Amino acid sequence: MIEIKNLTKRFDDLLIWQDVNLKIEDGDILAIIGRSGCGKSVLLKHINALMKPDSGEVFINGKDIHAIDYVGQRKLRQKFGVLFQGSALFDSINTFENVAFPLRYFSDFSEEEIHQKVMRSLEFVNLQESASKETSELSGGMRKRVGLARAIILEPEYLMYDEPTSGLDPETASEINDLIITMSEELEITSIVITHDMHSVLKVADKVAFINDQKLSWHGTLEEMRKSEQKDLINFITASEYQIKTP
Amino acid sequence: MYALKEIGKYSTLLYQALRSSTEVSTYRKNLFQELVKVGYDSVPIIMLVGVFTGSVMTLQSAYQLESAFIPLSTIGAIVSESILIELAAVISGLVLAGKVGARVATELGNMRVSEQIDALESMGFNSVSFLVVPRVLAGILMFPVLYIVASIFGLGGGLAAGFFSGSVPPDDFLKGARMYFYPWNVVFGFVKSFVFGFIITTVACYKGYFATGGAEGVGNCTTEATVLGCIYILLADFILAVLLL
Repeated sequence: MIEIKNLTKRFDDLLIWQDVNLKIEDGDILAIIGRSGCGKSVLLKHINALMKPDSGEVFINGKDIHAIDYVGQRKLRQKFGVLFQGSALFDSINTFENVAFPLRYFSDFSEEEIHQKVMRSLEFVNLQESASKETSELSGGMRKRVGLARAIILEPEYLMYDEPTSGLDPETASEINDLIITMSEELEITSIVITHDMHSVLKVADKVAFINDQKLSWHGTLEEMRKSEQKDLINFITASEYQIKTP
Repeated sequence: MYALKEIGKYSTLLYQALRSSTEVSTYRKNLFQELVKVGYDSVPIIMLVGVFTGSVMTLQSAYQLESAFIPLSTIGAIVSESILIELAAVISGLVLAGKVGARVATELGNMRVSEQIDALESMGFNSVSFLVVPRVLAGILMFPVLYIVASIFGLGGGLAAGFFSGSVPPDDFLKGARMYFYPWNVVFGFVKSFVFGFIITTVACYKGYFATGGAEGVGNCTTEATVLGCIYILLADFILAVLLL
């Protein structure tokens, strides 16, 4: 379980958000939504301690990740898989090696075992035939899927997706959404999805957190979100639906 | 205030790199790759720089010292001393600030803005140990080797230029070079190249590691790494001359 308590972040004088409190139960698919620039990705980077908060705590399975030393943080980070917005694939190595990369450093598997695990992971995202391709040869959607294959290779407890469908065509975005659900169901991974794509939220999430006005202004289940009367949240959802309906 | 902040960040990165240098298994593979990229791949340009520096030095010295009263061996002495004490290290350093410094800053800057460094950290890697330590080590290990290459080809170029232009016979050139050869000059050159290797790679790593923005940010960090690398080399050259000569 992940528990965020009274988290506050500023960049110099600019307040990003303050007193964020959020609980992410095991097995949840939580979507964190909000306008561009509201600090969704920044919040994500606080969960695995890629950024330091000004104040507050983030408990991962009961351990405050910001209160432990760097070595401890690195160990705790291995419980997370992260799919970055631009996939963050290493462009100096090919697809297979990108997925194999964490295994080569953090496991004692033989070359044959690594091969099997990588191919299984690539099969999971339907990319086993692209194993030998250079990352520059991959499309945006394929890159996201390779990023996902790499994120799950160490069998993490938590998967964090930073704008998983941004920049993708609707069909590919739908495939990624299906993968998020599959990951959660088949691998029993707790997922945190950062997005402003309401299509994606309605399809994959079972809980939603809404960041607005420099705070976590609303959170609850998908059903509760549909019934919510909070003005800002309704405006955000309505604006998204309007965009969807407008040709 | 800005300068103090930058110095603080640079010092922190160096401290992290020093602390991370014990994690040999993290950077061993990268270190070998960097030794090749910094050292082996730079040999042709350093040979070229050495040959032309030595040649021009000989021809200009012969032109300036054209007198019946000055023995030709003096030219060999001037050229060899200048190359060993100053030119082999400084000119190589300036060239490598462009070649090595720009490459390192671009690589790391690109990794930073495309979140590859965040990806490394999120997997549990120590990104400083993985990316910065091998590049700095390659710099301080290979620059002295490249200094030797530059010196040998500089002296060889000077000798050849004197011979082919007819201005200094090889015997006279070598006689002068031997007469004024002091081992301390070579030690001094080694110290310089070691310091320059450290400066170029640490400045480039710092600029690349903390790059911000997109393509423009990477361009800016590369330019800053190259320009600052050159300025700090000249500054360090002066300080070392004051301290060690």
